[in-house]
Amino acid sequence: MSTLDYVPKPLAQLPWKIILLVLCIGGFDLLVLYSAAGGNARQWAVPQGIRFIVFLCGAIVLSRVPGRFWPKFALPAYGVLIVMLVLVELVGAVRGGGQRWLDLGIIRLQPSELMKPCIVLAAAKFYDMLPPGEIRKFGAIWPAGLLILLPAALVMKQPDLGTALMIVASGVTVMFLAGVPLRLFIGAALGLAAAVPLAINFVLHGYQRNRILVFLDPESDPLGIGYHISQSKIAIGSGGIFGKGFLNGTQSHLDYLPEGHTDFALATMMEEWGLVGGVLLIVAFGIIVQWGLSVALRAEGRFARLTAAGLTTTIFFYVSINMAMVMGLAPVVGVPLPLISFGGSAQMTVMLCLGILMSIDRQNSNVTRW
Amino acid sequence: MSRPERILTEATQSYSFSRRALMLGVGQGAFALVLAGRMTWLAIAENEHYSLLSESNRVNNTLVPPRRGWIVDRHGRPIANNRTDFRVDLIPDLLEDKDRVIAELQRLLGLKDTDLARIAADLKHARGIQPVQVVDNLDWERFASISVHLPQLPGVQPTRAFARSYPLGAAVAHLTGYVGAASSEQYLKTKDPLLLAPGFKLGKDGLEKTLEQTLRGVPGAKRVEVTARGKLVRELATRPDQPGHTARLTIDAGLQEYAARRLGTNSGSAVVIDCLSGEMLAMVSMPAYDPNSFTDGISHLEWKMLSDNDHVPLMNKVLQGLYPPGSTVKPMNGLALLAAGIDPSARVNCTGALRVGNGVFHCHKKSGHGGLDLKHAIMQSCDIYFYEMARRVGYDKIAPIAREMGLGQKFELPFASQRYGTMPDPAWKLKKYKTAWTVADSLNASIGQGYVLANPLQLAVMASRLASGRALKPSIIAGQAHDAPEIGIAPEHFAVVRDAMFNVVNGGGTGGAARMQVPGISLAAKTGTAQVRRITMAERAGGVLKNASLPFKLRDHALFVCFAPADKPRYAAAIVLEHNGHTVRNLDTPMIGRDIMTYLFDRERALKSLAEVEPTWGGDYKTRMAAESEAYRLAANAPPPTVAAQTEVGATAATEAPAVNAAAAADVSTAEAVAHTTESGNSVAADGTTERDQ
Repeated sequence: MSTLDYVPKPLAQLPWKIILLVLCIGGFDLLVLYSAAGGNARQWAVPQGIRFIVFLCGAIVLSRVPGRFWPKFALPAYGVLIVMLVLVELVGAVRGGGQRWLDLGIIRLQPSELMKPCIVLAAAKFYDMLPPGEIRKFGAIWPAGLLILLPAALVMKQPDLGTALMIVASGVTVMFLAGVPLRLFIGAALGLAAAVPLAINFVLHGYQRNRILVFLDPESDPLGIGYHISQSKIAIGSGGIFGKGFLNGTQSHLDYLPEGHTDFALATMMEEWGLVGGVLLIVAFGIIVQWGLSVALRAEGRFARLTAAGLTTTIFFYVSINMAMVMGLAPVVGVPLPLISFGGSAQMTVMLCLGILMSIDRQNSNVTRW
Repeated sequence: MSRPERILTEATQSYSFSRRALMLGVGQGAFALVLAGRMTWLAIAENEHYSLLSESNRVNNTLVPPRRGWIVDRHGRPIANNRTDFRVDLIPDLLEDKDRVIAELQRLLGLKDTDLARIAADLKHARGIQPVQVVDNLDWERFASISVHLPQLPGVQPTRAFARSYPLGAAVAHLTGYVGAASSEQYLKTKDPLLLAPGFKLGKDGLEKTLEQTLRGVPGAKRVEVTARGKLVRELATRPDQPGHTARLTIDAGLQEYAARRLGTNSGSAVVIDCLSGEMLAMVSMPAYDPNSFTDGISHLEWKMLSDNDHVPLMNKVLQGLYPPGSTVKPMNGLALLAAGIDPSARVNCTGALRVGNGVFHCHKKSGHGGLDLKHAIMQSCDIYFYEMARRVGYDKIAPIAREMGLGQKFELPFASQRYGTMPDPAWKLKKYKTAWTVADSLNASIGQGYVLANPLQLAVMASRLASGRALKPSIIAGQAHDAPEIGIAPEHFAVVRDAMFNVVNGGGTGGAARMQVPGISLAAKTGTAQVRRITMAERAGGVLKNASLPFKLRDHALFVCFAPADKPRYAAAIVLEHNGHTVRNLDTPMIGRDIMTYLFDRERALKSLAEVEPTWGGDYKTRMAAESEAYRLAANAPPPTVAAQTEVGATAATEAPAVNAAAAADVSTAEAVAHTTESGNSVAADGTTERDQ
């Protein structure tokens, strides 16, 4: 940094590599959305680009927030979000029908989306407060479990299976990182593995079972729920190594690929950019995740570490669940691909995560450099 | 106490966090590898598979109906060809804002209210992408104006197609048959997607039906890019169709048309056969329908008019009409008598009637012919001679020769619906009626009445065999002539009979009106009349009613077999006129036969002869048909003709229509009724001449 003395210190302190990488992904996304709209920028690319800039600025602003602010903020924010989730339920009940957002007049707020990073903060705060000796006791597990299951259940009621799964996964990851005994996770994993086939056969209703079976063999139902997965695989598979070329995707342009600009944007992208585009995107997200984990490892204090690693994992889950879904490795649960799919909520959540990560990173460098 | 422990555990915790974060990172990296591996698998290993699926998503193949092969006559003149047809269709599935689109079409095309009513009715029954016709035979300007306005007309499809055309119209109706859209049963049977292609027509009757595989051709394909909702994006490469093969017939189109016109207002048929090869030069059944009007489906009104007509235009009378051949069998009888050992100079005295058992058999000449030999019996068509001779030799001696000459025989021809008639003998009667053959049966059969039934083709074959002495078999597809071995009958017997037939026309016989005016060419012929009603004793006593005073259905059939030149036969023909009754001379068989044969030797003379008489019948068949349908429409108080939707007519071939079956059944039953009643001896025999009082 010393070579760039003429650059103001706050700017010089920013993790420019990561910001540039995010800018690259966001810029690439504009090309993808421009093509998905059939060569029309104003339909999706322009609003997405404006939101992207706004959220990126927001993340940079967040990075200036002092690191000590986050532990104080965690539990109140969690409480507010729980109240809002309940409110969403109530409004939904009044209006009749499932609802996910609160209309605050200026913006439509989706509390479940904000809950994804917030659960990480809350769980990290809980384990920060927990005396280290307690970690192997039952008292270290049930409050955290409650913290996670309460919002997950509320979101599940909306119903939004994808978000609920991500809340549980992020929270459980913090539990894992906090040092909750490994055997519990192994036991839970084994239990799940045993329960799923039993649930499929005895608990789920016919149509629910059908969904799982269609996920296992999408071609068996080419016009029903399997249609999304089939068409998405056709888009990716027909793209080949180098893709059909910019603006030349047929699956997306001729409307064979449903949700080609939102949840299935990866397929739209890979049809035109091929395997090369897909692998580069994985590498880009991999660098972000790797940076996030390194921030966590360098962080001082239990809360900062758990938070940094947890938020990184939230980004990872976001990306990997969507990719697995689009390529037919997971059931269609409605999780968008952050920074690529059209839509503000995933963008906002990921920028929130990145902002907090950058804030923690800045604290690290303050600690190490001063 | 607690303090050191806490320090220890914090350090442990920090270590534990690092270790678990590493595990997490490794896990995440591993999952990233799984995702990348899955991408690679899809994009490389399965690339071919998914590329194909992507292509089949994107590209929609529509079949382009092949141009149908032509049907041409022996000289290559088209009998059935294709004309360019600009048409506009509606695709029900793509139609948006139906009322506006139809109003717009009405403005652009000037549709009439009747058209709109029909389109509305068709749309109600239409489904999917099956096109509903708006108009066809558009002129280029209107077609172009539709094409220009296409973006505002969703669901409207202008098409440049080929429509089947029959330049000779009704003259070839029963030769070619007609084409029409495939019925849903046909599609369900074959599942051939071509049958659903818009504008595709297949043969429904006649040669169009039996030669379907030759004529159809191979469809082309139009490849278009479509969206998931079926919207057309753009046209890709188009594979051209392969037109069907041309079918060349033995028919002479000029002769066919001439014969159709020359039959005039008759309900009749004419067949001309080449005596060298057995090839059919003409096969005409009139009146007939216009096969052009069947191409797009025929209206209920038109169909009803055709069904109601007592001249049975839907019937191919050449192959489906069965008639008692009457006196036309007498030359053949002559051959049989000679073969049975009758001396050609042996005489029979005709007194006008012959008593056999308790019945009396009459000659057509009430006063009798006096004594005559075989030649004069044929010339004068004396019934008593043949009664007497048949009684002498027995019909068992005659029936085999009749069959050898073609009567009651089946001939392989590419027509689905044929009827072969009866050449009776004692065994046949015993089997069919469980009663024994009587002398009266022999007598009736000997003058071509009673149980004897033949179609006009069989009569023409009989004439060609008499003329050539060879067992000619008729053929209608060029290059498929059959071998014709000599018939095992002494040539001098043929000579006797041919001489008699020459004298029927040229020696003062019953066919004098058929004498040809072409120098060096003379006609040999035999006239015939087939009675379709019973003549009671009372009627006979008071004088047999003239045909002219009888209703159409009770009049006698007029028949005629002939060949020319008489000395070196080249062409043979048969003409059968239903219920003609010999009432009008220029519409009777001898002059029609003469003119048709004249056409083959001196076309100008034949056309001149026709030009003299045709105006007296109300013009040629096209003019008369137009006038008739206009009169029928007015009588039925029906709206002006519109392009009809596909009616149920499409499912049945014309020659298998109920009206045809009813008419054919009536022919046979009246013939049989006459056969039964004549056993009591009330028969009048047939004569070949036009009634003198006309």
